[in-house]
Amino acid sequence: MNQAVDKLNVTDFSSDQEVRWCPGCGDYAILKTIQKLMPELDRPRESQVFVSGIGCSSRFPYYMNTYGFHTIHGRAPSVATGVKLANPDLDVWVITGDGDALSIGGNHTMHALRRNVDLNILLFNNEIYGLTKGQYSPTSKVGTRSPSTPEGSIDRPLSPCAIALGAGAPFVARSIDTEMKHLGAVIKESHAHEGASFVEILQNCPIYNDGIFEQVKNKKIAHDFKVEVTHGQPILFGKDNSKGIRLNRDTLSLEVVTVGEKVSLDEILVHDQTNLAQAQLLAAMQGHNFPVAVGVLYHKAKSTYVSDLGEQRITVRENRSDVSLLSLLHSGHTWEVK
Amino acid sequence: MSAEIVRTAESSATTDATAKTVESVVVRFAGDSGDGMQLTGANFTDNTALYGNDLSTFPDFPAEIRAPAGSTFGVSAFQIYFGSEDITTSGDAIDVLVAMNPAALVTNLKEVVSGGLVIVDTGAFNEKNLNKAKYNSNPLLDGSLDAYRVLEVDIHNQVIAAVEEFNLGHKMALRCKNMWTLGLVLWLFDRDKQTTIENLQKKFAKKPDVANANIAALNAGHAYGETAELPSGIEVYSVPKAQAAPGKYRDIDGTTGIAWGLLAGGQLAGLNILFASYPITPASSLLHALAARKEFDVTTFQAEDEIAAVCAAIGASFAGSLGVTSSAGPGIALKTEAISLAVSAELPLVVVNTQRGGPSTGLPTKTEQSDLLQAVYGRHGDTPLPVMATSSPSDCFEVAIEAVRIATKYMTPVMLLSDGYIANASEPWLIPDLDQYEPFPVEFHENPEGFNPSLRDPKSLARVWAKPGTPGLEHRIGGIEKSYETGNISYDPENHQLMTDTRRDKVGGISKDIPAQTVALGNESGKLAVVGWGSTFGAIHQGVKRCRQQGLDVSHIHIRHIWPFPQNLKELLSGYDEIIVPEMNTGQLVKMLRSEFLIDAKGLNKVSGQPFKIEEIVNAIQAELAGQAE
Repeated sequence: MNQAVDKLNVTDFSSDQEVRWCPGCGDYAILKTIQKLMPELDRPRESQVFVSGIGCSSRFPYYMNTYGFHTIHGRAPSVATGVKLANPDLDVWVITGDGDALSIGGNHTMHALRRNVDLNILLFNNEIYGLTKGQYSPTSKVGTRSPSTPEGSIDRPLSPCAIALGAGAPFVARSIDTEMKHLGAVIKESHAHEGASFVEILQNCPIYNDGIFEQVKNKKIAHDFKVEVTHGQPILFGKDNSKGIRLNRDTLSLEVVTVGEKVSLDEILVHDQTNLAQAQLLAAMQGHNFPVAVGVLYHKAKSTYVSDLGEQRITVRENRSDVSLLSLLHSGHTWEVK
Repeated sequence: MSAEIVRTAESSATTDATAKTVESVVVRFAGDSGDGMQLTGANFTDNTALYGNDLSTFPDFPAEIRAPAGSTFGVSAFQIYFGSEDITTSGDAIDVLVAMNPAALVTNLKEVVSGGLVIVDTGAFNEKNLNKAKYNSNPLLDGSLDAYRVLEVDIHNQVIAAVEEFNLGHKMALRCKNMWTLGLVLWLFDRDKQTTIENLQKKFAKKPDVANANIAALNAGHAYGETAELPSGIEVYSVPKAQAAPGKYRDIDGTTGIAWGLLAGGQLAGLNILFASYPITPASSLLHALAARKEFDVTTFQAEDEIAAVCAAIGASFAGSLGVTSSAGPGIALKTEAISLAVSAELPLVVVNTQRGGPSTGLPTKTEQSDLLQAVYGRHGDTPLPVMATSSPSDCFEVAIEAVRIATKYMTPVMLLSDGYIANASEPWLIPDLDQYEPFPVEFHENPEGFNPSLRDPKSLARVWAKPGTPGLEHRIGGIEKSYETGNISYDPENHQLMTDTRRDKVGGISKDIPAQTVALGNESGKLAVVGWGSTFGAIHQGVKRCRQQGLDVSHIHIRHIWPFPQNLKELLSGYDEIIVPEMNTGQLVKMLRSEFLIDAKGLNKVSGQPFKIEEIVNAIQAELAGQAE
């Protein structure tokens, strides 16, 4: 089996279907990254299952030459849970978007994460409903003008990573559609994690929300608006890593400081991906004063739903060795009529 | 006891020289939710089954979990109908009512036959409880029970005395009231206590004091009957054993029947089962029954909602297990979008609907058959799927197996309709010989040559089942319309017509693969056919039987396969002058029969949350045939 795996390359993971996303869509870059990553995972192609909901991103499975199931709006985590429960040997991926995973399917996302079903959830966040022609989404910034919010949206957005952490996800990361190297590395790590993993991918929609992530994507300015976190490393950003994130112990909040005479490197927060409180602070960093954190925000091993289920079954079977239907039908009170 | 229900046998041997022999009896135990009436009824049922009577039971409990003590809406009851002839309903009217408090009396008395026996615990007939039951005066004193034979016992005091030696404390001692009462009723029907004592020892194995106190109360109740000077007219009754086909029997309720039928279906198909569900009355017990069976190849999954449950089941079917989901009407409504996905993706799925009173929350603990049209037609798009209905607790096992067979053979969701009555009612069941069921092993597609996910069996029109993990069969499916040729996305107009026709023909073709419709009782043509489906079986059967005994030309037809109908159904129905269709809804099957076959079937409809009475069926038959004669 491994010999066959060794021979696979990126084209083996491309289906014969014509890709139909809009020109310039961030989804192309994500697709390419994952198709390139697949051979590196050292897993048979037939063991890979991509499950999606509804939306632009959810067309993804059609373009992968693996098993795929394009389901219904918001329900991909539930279908994927059924796939994993039926056959734990499969690698089950969930491809979803901000509307699919956090609006109509918010409940399923939350419960798949808290149960810790071993799914690799990739959320393509473009902060807009693309397939229905541009309505604002649950991650759209306040004031987003769209066909359904002509005067600008008035409800506040939620942060996908903060939601995932709040739901108890054991692996939470963030990356960017066109940062192929970073994205590939993060997804590879999420796949290696046993249990539910959640990766938010900031993805540009060139038609309905173009440039929404320009600050973190434009190489000329990104260093001031984006911070890459690495476990065990101080959290530094800015040109020449001149800025850093410090924990204010009085207010229990993060602050941006300039590393130099007044603030030494020792005062800069060192990323500890096993620290939930810190991950929540990093996930929440957004807006004018803070850079957006990318990388693995949180990673802590927990027993998975499927392994716990298996243990329960083993215990039951140790105590009840007779598994015949015949004995079940004849168990309890019976009587003979002659 | 009434001539209608308790027909005195002419020449049956009695086990006790002093016992009066009767052919059948309806007993109802009624009390507060906390009085243990369900446990009392279950123990009496076990005892009755072992004694050899045919029987049927029906628990009737409130929607409130712990309603205020003494309130009328907190009354929990358990009814058993047992006799020496075949019993197929839980009985029309009550012959013996056990009322543990005034609320139990006021809510049940109107169903007691004139001259029936009413046993009351006078210890509970205090002013407070009378007020809660909205009695202006004490019915034990004001003559309002004159039409009945009343046995007044201060069960409170009797129990306290009987369990005194166990030092349980007042409250715990009183909890033995139900067993004292059971002892008295066992005496009344000339029963042996031993099996009940063994049951109690088993149930309270870890609490020997509680077991012994309950047994002491049971013995005391029994002894009370033997020794106390009872009012005249209250004596021991003997109900002769029923004639039954030889073999080994057990008691079965509908929930257990479906649970075991699913396990058997999974084994016959050679599949693991993922049973994914969300708690809802009265369907939750199926989840509980299967969750307790981890030694079998079934995994249960309590999902976060109804939609997640059906979706997980669909995911499991995609991955090569059999996905099963279960709910009641409101939950089925939530699942419908996903059921349509399973129709479109052509994956097997069994959906069990344990129907309850609607609309909306409706009557969660009461029974109804009002989801038939939802099952057959209630989806977006042209989305056909097979629908089956079970007609009694002992029918459930076989129907569940058949649902699995059709779902896997035709790669389709199957809707299995049960209802609150069937789920909770129980009756004796001749344990089937498992070898009589022909296995129907699923053959997963494995050959990569020429494979695409739209390959079909030319006869059944079923799509191939190619499960993830199979090398060379990597493919994508989904809810978007698929090309008939390749399985890839297709928006082609002609292809959509072809795919819609194919889905229709696939499900329609199942009519060739199901048994021809038979007549349950009577002739294959005649003046009148009573056509039913689901849990009305028992009442229709008895009603038709009584009318035939009176010489009336009437037959009973009961439909298991609701969609598609059996191929011969139209021809069979056309052989009768008139057709009436009793249903616990406002007329759903009758609408289908009229629209499918252009026949003038008439409805007989009841939506009170209670099953049909035999008498109601008899009256309808008599009225119909009298009308014909005019």
